[in-house]
Amino acid sequence: MIPKQHNSDKLVIQLLAGGISHERDISLKSARRVADALTEQGATVIIREPDGHLLEYIETDKPDVIWPVLHGATGEDGALRDILALTGVPFIGAGAEAARLAWDKSIAKTLVSRIGIQTPVSVTLPKEAFRELDASEILKIVSNSIALPLVVKPARSGSAQGVTVVRDVNELSKAMIDAYVYCDVVIIERLVEGIELAVSVIDLGAGAIALPAVEIEPVAGNFGFEERYTAGETNYFVPARMTAGLSERVAKVAIDAHELLGLRHMSRIDMIVDESETIWFLEANVQPGLTETSLLPLSVLAAKQTLGETYYSLAVAAHRGRG
Amino acid sequence: MTQEKHEQQGLNLDQWLGAYAARANTLSVSEVRALFAVVSRPEVVSLAGGMPYVSALPKELLSQTYSTLMSTRGDAALQYGSGQGDPILRDQIRELMALEGIHSSVEDLIITTGSQHGLDLLSGLFLDEGDVVLAEAPSYVGAIGIFRHYEAHIEHVYTDDDGMSPEALQESIDKMLAAGRKIKFLYLVPNFGNPSGVTLSEPRRHQILEICRKHHILVIEDNPYGLLYFDEKPPLAMRSYNEDGVIYLGSFSKILAPGFRVGYVLAPPAIRDKMVLANESALLCPSSFSQMMISEYLATADWQKQIDTFRGVYRERRDAALQAMHDYLPGVRTTQPKGGFYLWLTLPKGIDSKAMLPLAVKELVAYTPGTAFFGNGSGQDNLRISFSYPTPDNIKLGIKRLATVINLQTELLDTFGPKGGRE
Repeated sequence: MIPKQHNSDKLVIQLLAGGISHERDISLKSARRVADALTEQGATVIIREPDGHLLEYIETDKPDVIWPVLHGATGEDGALRDILALTGVPFIGAGAEAARLAWDKSIAKTLVSRIGIQTPVSVTLPKEAFRELDASEILKIVSNSIALPLVVKPARSGSAQGVTVVRDVNELSKAMIDAYVYCDVVIIERLVEGIELAVSVIDLGAGAIALPAVEIEPVAGNFGFEERYTAGETNYFVPARMTAGLSERVAKVAIDAHELLGLRHMSRIDMIVDESETIWFLEANVQPGLTETSLLPLSVLAAKQTLGETYYSLAVAAHRGRG
Repeated sequence: MTQEKHEQQGLNLDQWLGAYAARANTLSVSEVRALFAVVSRPEVVSLAGGMPYVSALPKELLSQTYSTLMSTRGDAALQYGSGQGDPILRDQIRELMALEGIHSSVEDLIITTGSQHGLDLLSGLFLDEGDVVLAEAPSYVGAIGIFRHYEAHIEHVYTDDDGMSPEALQESIDKMLAAGRKIKFLYLVPNFGNPSGVTLSEPRRHQILEICRKHHILVIEDNPYGLLYFDEKPPLAMRSYNEDGVIYLGSFSKILAPGFRVGYVLAPPAIRDKMVLANESALLCPSSFSQMMISEYLATADWQKQIDTFRGVYRERRDAALQAMHDYLPGVRTTQPKGGFYLWLTLPKGIDSKAMLPLAVKELVAYTPGTAFFGNGSGQDNLRISFSYPTPDNIKLGIKRLATVINLQTELLDTFGPKGGRE
């Protein structure tokens, strides 16, 4: 790395990236992009692994702000955020409690539905449930009560890892296994066909605002792992092709979900809009991806902002205890 | 809702999407590859990558080599060199190959950027779209990547504990010829194969060479592990029995260090000429610095003793791996390699090693799923364990964790019935 001269007027920002997670690779890619953008703003940026030396790194680097650019467990499940809070160093993103609620899709769905946000009908099945109950019977009841097609997904996971769209009931068992290898709790959800949207929410201290929605149209098939991280595999429409009225409703759902879940500084709310223009909440992302193919950066650019200014503003907001 | 939907052009993050060659479609990111990112964390025992244990190489020896090289041939080492490779190193390689029964002219050797590059050059020379490459079942993942990139059809040939079956080879050839396919070459790793760990027996070497001679099929013999035997030397190289029909690939990656990226190809003169031109087109020349470092090392160091040291290290690790397999996974079949880096496991029926990998990552162990070693999607119930890099204690820990993973996956399969696993 080319050493940058420290600009004493600018913040020292420690990025935590990597970790032991299925999304480690994505986290490292996100962090390198964030570091580039922040460095262009004059910030001093240090990338660290969240390992056994974490407290030592914090002591040595003396960051003004920490940004846990971590995807997946520990980074998004609140555990690390609890520890960061104890250090007293301000950090970007949701606090531990909000992260715990939002990271678990089944909890997030339950909470947002309480304020009237629609979310596809689903069943949450911990692996332990099958120790006492007969799996084939349960799956039969589930597939009868929630009509096909279904989406089977780990309750706590990201980047579409372990997610299967089930259109034939015979595929359900395999889909369950493919989800359980990522997480001990699995959600079976009714597949809502429609326009897939990702709405990024930013809060710099003056209230949460929704950035232009990204409409996702994979070139072929689902918006799976490869479609997310291979440039060219997906077409994006930013802002999404919607009427002004629908666009406002979509933004409101995103902001409401962000605020209800207690998220902070930034989040990404994924949803589907069906043919009747019903907006269905799918999940909230505590630390959205920030790679070159990720959705939050697309929204920032569509809002005529630069990534550097936006990311630096998030750091300033965290440093001042705002957002 | 979307009045203008069909009139708008979406944003595609690859603006050159329409410009790629068709073969670029063989290159894409994969979830499995992303999962391997965790192996750089010390908490994870990686039994995945086939990395040589370079810590067993005394660094002061290489420092000395570097100093001598700079003071004697420094300018040449920092300059462009011959497209065929350094003649002094080529001469030294003859001595190395003689250990495996090969006698050759220095003229017929080409230095490449690792033998991987040699195989890529050969594939570029020989393969058109749809051409057939015959390969072991399973075969080296890096070779499969190259053959796919050149849009070849990979026809895997049944392989058992004595290596590729000559009868199965004959059947595959008959099948391909009957289908009107053009067979370009047979590719194999006859000694301590990657990933199988098995060695092609001497009688089979002769039988396979005879079958290929009869059908005028070129043999590419890839031999990175031949000198890393634990007890007995493997049979002589296939190239030692046939000069015109075998192209031999060698490498310094396993007997010295892969960081140099130096390999070599021994080819019949007509092919050699084209290889040199292809090498020059691709690179101008292989790294002069790396070649001369190796040349100096071979000239001044006791390199045979160093290979002995590597053998000892890998033998101990192989023993640890087999013991751990016996202790923790007694029901899982493994090959019993007599050299090289790898064990090839056959899992209980129904377990898909690729689908199981996320669970392994959760349990802090990594391996390479068997499907990586086939061009046709086979190998779901296999996986490769590499014992070359982790310490014996870590190998035991890794295999113990793997046993936990297999048990958890078996539980899932039991819970969700026969349709839960591989259909």
